[in-house]
Amino acid sequence: MERFVYADNAATTPVSESVLNAMLPYLREQYGNASSLYSIGRDSRRAITEAREKVAALLGAQPAEIIFTGSGTEADNMSLRGALHYKKARGKHLIISSIEHHAILHTAKALELEGYEVTVLPVDNYGIIPVDRLKAAIRPDTALVSVMTANNEIGTVEPIAEIGAAVKAAGALFHTDAVQAAGHIPINVNEMKIDLLSLSGHKMNAPKGVGALYIRKGVMIQPIIEGGGQERNMRSGTENVAGIVALGQAAEDCRNHMEENIKRLTALRERLIAGVLKIPYSRLTGHPTSRLPGTASFVIEAVEGESLVLMLDTHGICASTGSACSTGSLDPSHVLTGIGLSHDIAHGSLRLTLGVQNTDEDVDYILEVLPQVVTRLRDMSPVWNQKKCCPEGLK
Amino acid sequence: MEYSEKVMDHFKNPRNVGEIDDADGVGEVGNLKCGDIMKIYLKIDNDIITDVKFKTFGCGAAVATSSMATELVKGKSINDALKLTNSAVMEALEGLPPVKVHCSVLAEEALKSAIADYYKRKGMDPTPIIGCTGECKHCGKE
Repeated sequence: MERFVYADNAATTPVSESVLNAMLPYLREQYGNASSLYSIGRDSRRAITEAREKVAALLGAQPAEIIFTGSGTEADNMSLRGALHYKKARGKHLIISSIEHHAILHTAKALELEGYEVTVLPVDNYGIIPVDRLKAAIRPDTALVSVMTANNEIGTVEPIAEIGAAVKAAGALFHTDAVQAAGHIPINVNEMKIDLLSLSGHKMNAPKGVGALYIRKGVMIQPIIEGGGQERNMRSGTENVAGIVALGQAAEDCRNHMEENIKRLTALRERLIAGVLKIPYSRLTGHPTSRLPGTASFVIEAVEGESLVLMLDTHGICASTGSACSTGSLDPSHVLTGIGLSHDIAHGSLRLTLGVQNTDEDVDYILEVLPQVVTRLRDMSPVWNQKKCCPEGLK
Repeated sequence: MEYSEKVMDHFKNPRNVGEIDDADGVGEVGNLKCGDIMKIYLKIDNDIITDVKFKTFGCGAAVATSSMATELVKGKSINDALKLTNSAVMEALEGLPPVKVHCSVLAEEALKSAIADYYKRKGMDPTPIIGCTGECKHCGKE
């Protein structure tokens, strides 16, 4: 039976009922500017304060250490630029991993043009940063190390506590892009020795257009947006009150239900992975166990990712791919090549990411449709006949 | 990036998918590294393309352009088929996103390569008739 299955929760998530209910009053009757003196202004201010407490609680941080931004990307930009400026006395060296999100990669590239030196650390075949290599790469003039908490394409969760300890011991600052991880797996900024952390609302059932940056007390970073001095001068611009309230509610919901969500989503994901891997010539990408609860990612040989996603869409399934054809260039995603996949294998990448709204029936449906779609595309492919006769794969 | 309805129609319901066992000409272009491979089979009778089939590995546009190209030449003479340009395929599909234009080039090349094969099988040199047979490397172009 046809259904609609949204399995692209790493791209974005639907706004949950509780989040919508929490934010709606701030779009209607409580529309006051949080800087205004009268009652509806003060109500907005109070709502922001509460949201800040909730986001802080999710990370084990102090409320004063949370700045609201317009997106995770903005928080990433602010972290890199701000931290390098703050630490300029120490040096102009930045370390990032090869599988960071473009918000980090492109910011680092821009900083390189401005005279900073960037080391891009390779990852292993599972997408894990080898901590020994990271330690060896930290220099006396390394100002900042930025490694994502979990990868958006393959779901690999990095050894953040170990990395944090290593960076702290070396005296540099540590930033982590936790856009995919925050709200989904436990994060404690103190235990993990994190100085800066980016997160985004729309990856945790809050709306698009709101994010947050954790800045450890004592770390002074430069704002990148100047203006009326909102967010303690760190991020000017009239507060997106409804969005901030939504993010606060989402953070609270995630914190309250984290254990059960992890348990349920991990079980769903494992069933999904086991089912998909029954397709001949398919394999898992990313780490088998150190991965986000809802993220299943694969390469399926002899099909092309964009075709696969379009064909799944015709059956009501939303998924994504990092294939070259989908990136608008002739190269597959930097994450897939970063974990050592060759171009011809990476064409068949498929990412299915489950969220809190997904059910057992959704997984059943994907497992019913996906093999049929793969067969259909393979039957159309001149590569597949050769495959069948040459199990070692094509050269 | 957005596909036209025509592209989606040809992607979802591709025409002329398959192989021809006793084909008179077969052409294959593209490579796995690029991510597009198109193989076209022709049945030719009296200089008329009486049947045509394709197999394609690639994105939505690659499938749709193969499908459209085969439809445009079915029943046509070789001469007419050789006049088929990638722009004609694109036009028939109501356009392609700029990053997908190369797929239509590939479709034109696959067809020419199949016709070249037909001439070769007849012991004729196809180069003066066809020119580039699509065997040129496609990847480095963009």
